[in-house]
Amino acid sequence: MSASLSTAPLPARLTRQQLLELYYWMRLTRSLEERLVALHRQGKVVGGLFRSLGQEADAVGSAYALEAGDILSPLIRNLGSMLVKGATPLEVLRQYMARAQSPTAGRELNIHFNDLARGFLGQVSALGAMVPVMAGIALSFKMTRQPRVGLVYVGDGAMSTGAFHEGINFAAVRRLPLVVICENNGYAYSTPTRLQTAAATLVDKAPGYGIPGVRADGNDVVATYQTTREAVDRARAGEGPTLVELVTYRRKGHAEHDDQRYVPPGEIAEWERRDPIDHHRRRLLESGWATAAEVADVEARVEAELDQALARCLDEPFPDPATALPGVYADPPAAPIEWYRTLRTPDA
Amino acid sequence: MPEITYLEAIRQGLWEEMERDPRVFLLGEDIGALGGPFRVTEGLLERFGEERVIDTPISEQAIVGAAAGAAHMGLRPVCEMQFIDFIACAYDLLTNYVATARYRAGLSTPMVVRGPSGGYVRGGPFHSQCPEAAFLHTPGLKIVCPATARDAKGLIKAAIRDEDPVLFFEHKYLYRRVKEELPVGDVITPIGQARVARDGTDLTVVTWSAIVWKALEAAERLEREDGVSVEVLDLRTLLPLDDAAIVTSVRKTNRVLVAHEDTRTGGVAGEIVARINELCFEWLDAPARRVAAHDVPLPYAPTLEDFVLPQVDDLVAACRWLAAY
Repeated sequence: MSASLSTAPLPARLTRQQLLELYYWMRLTRSLEERLVALHRQGKVVGGLFRSLGQEADAVGSAYALEAGDILSPLIRNLGSMLVKGATPLEVLRQYMARAQSPTAGRELNIHFNDLARGFLGQVSALGAMVPVMAGIALSFKMTRQPRVGLVYVGDGAMSTGAFHEGINFAAVRRLPLVVICENNGYAYSTPTRLQTAAATLVDKAPGYGIPGVRADGNDVVATYQTTREAVDRARAGEGPTLVELVTYRRKGHAEHDDQRYVPPGEIAEWERRDPIDHHRRRLLESGWATAAEVADVEARVEAELDQALARCLDEPFPDPATALPGVYADPPAAPIEWYRTLRTPDA
Repeated sequence: MPEITYLEAIRQGLWEEMERDPRVFLLGEDIGALGGPFRVTEGLLERFGEERVIDTPISEQAIVGAAAGAAHMGLRPVCEMQFIDFIACAYDLLTNYVATARYRAGLSTPMVVRGPSGGYVRGGPFHSQCPEAAFLHTPGLKIVCPATARDAKGLIKAAIRDEDPVLFFEHKYLYRRVKEELPVGDVITPIGQARVARDGTDLTVVTWSAIVWKALEAAERLEREDGVSVEVLDLRTLLPLDDAAIVTSVRKTNRVLVAHEDTRTGGVAGEIVARINELCFEWLDAPARRVAAHDVPLPYAPTLEDFVLPQVDDLVAACRWLAAY
């Protein structure tokens, strides 16, 4: 089939296969979140649900620019980046549903989980905190002479924190192999970007740290890939951090419970027309980089994988209460003493 | 062996651990060329180079956060807070990130945060604090507070080798006032074990850090003037608390005073007294009492600071009250 396609030149030195993979990761992100919405409505997601609808291209394209061995730290709307790095839908479903077999054994929420071997370090809820932590990971790469790169996501809101400033400044001073992705989606909960900063664009902050700042269309997965790739290459070459601003839009509320009453009329509809997945799909077909059958195959594969994952974990149990105690310290490995609540005075 | 000071003992501990383990490195403000304002890290830059003795920007969050990231990757960072008062700037990273990492995420974070704490040095409100109470409430951290040169060295080495994050609160009043001869070879003080600093039979003073020395002075006076035999228990580690050592001493003397330099309300003594109540109430012949600083920010003027901080006289008075009860 592919031999008969009239093809436009392939962008960003990506292969046809890679362009289709980017579509797969974005599609998987969105469909997984759609499944989670249904589970949330059924009460099976025991906590909040955070969507990345309309932002899949920035998470997927940027993560796709990393190599095996590189480590990223996502924010709440970067599910796609974790999937690219090897987190599985089964893990994500278990996390949201707080199942005993979830990666954190029910201790943590949603996409707050990690596997350094696969290359993702879960976030904590204090925004900006992961910037200095990822600077430390990049520092370890540099100190141990490993050609590896760290990548950390912040949002337009997280860039107002002190931790962001301290972390990126430290990374810049030490010329650490760190890429800082600012995912500018227009809102931090209800607060628009213009109330976060007086800077005209978020990359305007980069020169203040003495590092390059580049801005790209966050809804174009090829652009997010290409821009991040250049920053990753620069980091790996020992040239230090780059601040990458990916401009996108948060089409859903902060979480499922947020009715977005603060959003001006028409704004969401306007960004719906710029949907990153529709855009990439259209481009794949119109440029002849993929056939309709290949695209349909990807879509079917995504749904089948999600069916399978869901079937595996839907009836799994919550963690046993006794598992809440151990593991605060390595030593002693046992549980903290619980006599305070059992009213049995121990024989001290 | 010549005597070495408490400060030299910390430096020796750092030095020996850096010689022993190439994963150990230091980061902090002005710790390189200057050697820190108190010279704790003097000479380490020359010996170990800029890559392992990192002068950072004035960024406590970056220091602690970067240490955490490096620790996840298998390195053994030791952070210096120039004065421990500034650890408050990194409170979020320490309590929300570092302390929770193992439990919530299975992440190993073997790191040390150390720095000069404590008063009696006319440092004023921001160069005199004892921050232990602020962190005692955080599962996942360990807290050590050495009183002697031997424990300063033994605990810094134990802290660096520990698999979990350790806050090492050294006392700047003791830096050059306390010295002793240390044995040759590795000096390790196990984390979590208290030490009987003075044997006694009539009452126990449970304390740590600089107040250990004030308690010893008070004990001498009580022995001399009242014929009262005071046991001084130097906790050395506050988290995890050595409940067994406290209980053993209380069962022996049946009277207990918990003394600390920090302010009273919400202070560590409250927790210790609560545990004594829960664990050995029947062994008490008098209510457990506290001596602590008055509940004010620590003032600068000598007359004010001396009034606010606990002194030997305060300990003597409280012990007399307990002995007479």
